[in-house]
Amino acid sequence: MKVGIPKELLQSELRVAATPKTVERLKKQGFEVLIESGCGLKAKFANEEYISAGAEVIGTASELYSKSDIILKVQPPTEAEIDLMKKGTVILSYLFPAQNQPLLKKLADAGINAVAMDAIPRISRAQKMDVLSSMANISGYRAVVEAANYFGRFLNGQITAAGKVEPAKVLVIGTGVAGLAAIGTAKSLGAIVRAFDTRKEAREQIQSMGAQFVTVEIDEDGSTASGYSKEMSQAFIDAEMALFKKQASEVDIIITTAQIPGKPAPKLLLEDHVKAMKPGSVIVDLAAGTGGNCVLTKKDEVYTTPNGVIIVGKVDTLPTQASFLYGNNLCNLLDDMGKAENFKIDMNDDVIKRAMVTYNGKVNWPPEPLAVSAQAKKTETTKPSPEEEAAKKAKKIKKALISNIIWLAIVGILMFLLGKVAPPEFMRHMTAFVLAVFVGWNVIWNVTHALHTPLMSVTNAISGIIITGGLLQMQNDLSDPRTIMAIIATLIAFINIVGGFTVTYRMLNMFKK
Amino acid sequence: MITANIQIAAYLFASILFILSLSGLSSQESAKKGVIYGIVGMAIALCATLFGTNINGYIYIIIAMIIASIIGVIVARKVEMTAMPQLIALLHSFVGLAAVLVGFSSFIDPKTAEMIGAERSIHLAEIFVGIFIGAITFTGSIIAWGKLTENITSKPFVYKGKDVVNVLLLLASVVLGILFMGKAGTEGMLYLVIMTVIAAFFGIMLVMAIGGADMPVVISMLNSLSGWTAAASGFMLGNDLLIVTGALVGSSGAILSIIMCRAMNRSFFAVISGGFGQEIKTGKKLEGKVNSMTHDEAVELLNEAQSVVIVPGYGMAVAKAQYPVHDLVEKLRSKGKTVRFGIHPVAGRLPGHMNVLLAEANVPYDIVLEMDEINPDLPETDVAMVIGANDTVNPGAQEDPSSPIYGMPVVEVWKAKRVIVMKRSMAVGYAGVENPLFYKENASMLYGDAKDSVEKINAKLN
Repeated sequence: MKVGIPKELLQSELRVAATPKTVERLKKQGFEVLIESGCGLKAKFANEEYISAGAEVIGTASELYSKSDIILKVQPPTEAEIDLMKKGTVILSYLFPAQNQPLLKKLADAGINAVAMDAIPRISRAQKMDVLSSMANISGYRAVVEAANYFGRFLNGQITAAGKVEPAKVLVIGTGVAGLAAIGTAKSLGAIVRAFDTRKEAREQIQSMGAQFVTVEIDEDGSTASGYSKEMSQAFIDAEMALFKKQASEVDIIITTAQIPGKPAPKLLLEDHVKAMKPGSVIVDLAAGTGGNCVLTKKDEVYTTPNGVIIVGKVDTLPTQASFLYGNNLCNLLDDMGKAENFKIDMNDDVIKRAMVTYNGKVNWPPEPLAVSAQAKKTETTKPSPEEEAAKKAKKIKKALISNIIWLAIVGILMFLLGKVAPPEFMRHMTAFVLAVFVGWNVIWNVTHALHTPLMSVTNAISGIIITGGLLQMQNDLSDPRTIMAIIATLIAFINIVGGFTVTYRMLNMFKK
Repeated sequence: MITANIQIAAYLFASILFILSLSGLSSQESAKKGVIYGIVGMAIALCATLFGTNINGYIYIIIAMIIASIIGVIVARKVEMTAMPQLIALLHSFVGLAAVLVGFSSFIDPKTAEMIGAERSIHLAEIFVGIFIGAITFTGSIIAWGKLTENITSKPFVYKGKDVVNVLLLLASVVLGILFMGKAGTEGMLYLVIMTVIAAFFGIMLVMAIGGADMPVVISMLNSLSGWTAAASGFMLGNDLLIVTGALVGSSGAILSIIMCRAMNRSFFAVISGGFGQEIKTGKKLEGKVNSMTHDEAVELLNEAQSVVIVPGYGMAVAKAQYPVHDLVEKLRSKGKTVRFGIHPVAGRLPGHMNVLLAEANVPYDIVLEMDEINPDLPETDVAMVIGANDTVNPGAQEDPSSPIYGMPVVEVWKAKRVIVMKRSMAVGYAGVENPLFYKENASMLYGDAKDSVEKINAKLN
């Protein structure tokens, strides 16, 4: 099986579908790897690096396409490129199937089996090949770096000899993978980070990244089975807008990442909001490609509004890093498809059947939906009212009290009966016994787990005190059976004492900080 | 010779020292002091007894003590830390045997025959109970020792109607006890012997029914029993020191048993009635792919990781891998990586077994954390390395309500970014439950002997 990696034709596309590292992986999987000369240059990978990773360099695109069984690409192929491919070629690439029906048709007609990497369902099993996640991770990171670049101050707070610096406040709107990555990056640069999302399950994720979850008073969950959030009610949106207005006046940097698949990005920041921001503040709009979350965003442009707010509509894709992650996603998918030896297109596989947008000359889009929500729907249970709960609690306490009294009464009566028949000597021993049990009970609970073994061996040594029994029974006369028994008892009990203490001491000597 | 009053004072002082000894063991810093207290307390107690009135046969005592000291020191120095559970089980059996001997000896003491009325009844009852507990402790510990040294299969041995038989035996013992108390002089000897045999059998069956994974509970239970044995002998001999010390040890062992049971989410009675891992467990049948990895890949993962958590289990003890594991930790730490251990309370065959093994290999104790301390950190951990642990890292305990170990607290290794599982084969653990961990996307199996594997990784890691 030959895997081919052509040069990306789109001028603005800096990424490449394989890096020398991922070529090594492909070789390990048993593929022969062909690359078009210069395919990695824009992502800073030279031909020589590919060669030393085991790839063969091919001079022209047409030769590459004619030789390859599997094509790895980033951007969707152009019509010219499709014409170069053999019938039955498998291509792994971004295809945007929802917006690219004619392209799918063309691919199907050419007999090409195309996998749309952007259509990989976002289920746990497929996470390792989810290019949207790996790319979103990069853009989230980069969004913070861009913001820091245009922002005129430190992100972290400092107290220096030259004066105190306040930390920057960052608001992240939409906390999918990109948003969470942005939170993590901003946090590690020392900023105070707040984040907003309409999905309730996001709260925990936001807090786990160390950001503060800001929310509106209205109780409405935006989660859907697709993992994306749905559009919210008008009341919710009004509350949301008011919240953003308040936040906009407080924060220094806003990063927006809200996208709804197949639809223009929701408008979350209106002119009002931008006006409320302080001069020098930065907005990074990661949804610029689909129209922007901010009404003032200009795609692929960075500009300053009249009131001094910098709006960033383009974010570098970190081609070197992105190519590596993208290439690894592709390798993972090829792993799942059986590597070179058992390469197989399994249309019963949940992942393959959804991502394989053309197969055997037919267009296979749109696929059947698949639920991926991270949070299973909770069954609503009627919560008892606080009064009921309090009553229940009081009842419980009362019950516990009654059973306590009964227990104590029983113990008391037993003691009384015992005291009536037993000699005073016995009662004296009983006193010592019971008190010792309580002391032991309270002392031992504090022992750390790590010391359980030494504790056991020391208690074992101490229980060798049974030796006193042997000593008291010892007689001068060896013919008395008591003497024999006493000697044995003394012997083994003393082994216990000596051995137990010695081994405990030896163990404790080993515990070092 | 010292007077009885001074003897009582000395016993009281020894008791205080014993209490201090146990409380000293609550932290590493004061633990050694605790042992010293124990030794001093024991010395005072012995002196007070030996120089008291009514002590005869000094020559035998001295000979027995000298022999015992030699044996004790040699055994304690020679024993390997992996063999600690066996040693402790064996030492418990000694206490049981000593109590049985002391009981019989006390019974044939002419003074016993002279007693009358309630005093005699109570004394006979004390002897009876003392021997009963002592015999159970003795045979139970011997069986535990056999299981731990693998002279006896560690699989639980249960038969149908076991519980009925046990109850009948207990009832028989009670009847024998009543008959025994009714006899004059030493005529009750026969009943006493029969009861001893029954108790011995009872002790054997009690431990036979318990599986390997429950050993930590059994050992702590026997520890507790040996304490109660001593206390019972104390009643028999009218010796407060024995009573107090025995009660201390008894309650300490009982607490350990409770802690161990909680760590397994099982009730004490469920453990004692045995059969864990014996009955056919359903649980979810697992399907899916198991990833395996080579040593090179493991090395690569470790090289890239910033934080590593190692979760050892009984497999590490069996393979004696603690020394190579220590070297691995040193190597990783010298590269500036954070390495910590996560220890499940019932890992190994003895409470705290793993801690002792790691301490033996010089692993600093401040990087050895308990399950509850490590679990919150696991999601931020790059690599979790499971060395010979199985049931204690089973996600089924949280995810699969049909699993027999559902609800048992476990070390949540699967939350780490990657998991390396070192294991000899795909076999199930002691609980007999399949482990969904092996089928997790982020887990990879590294097959082979734990010691070999770690040594190979060490060689390649630089």
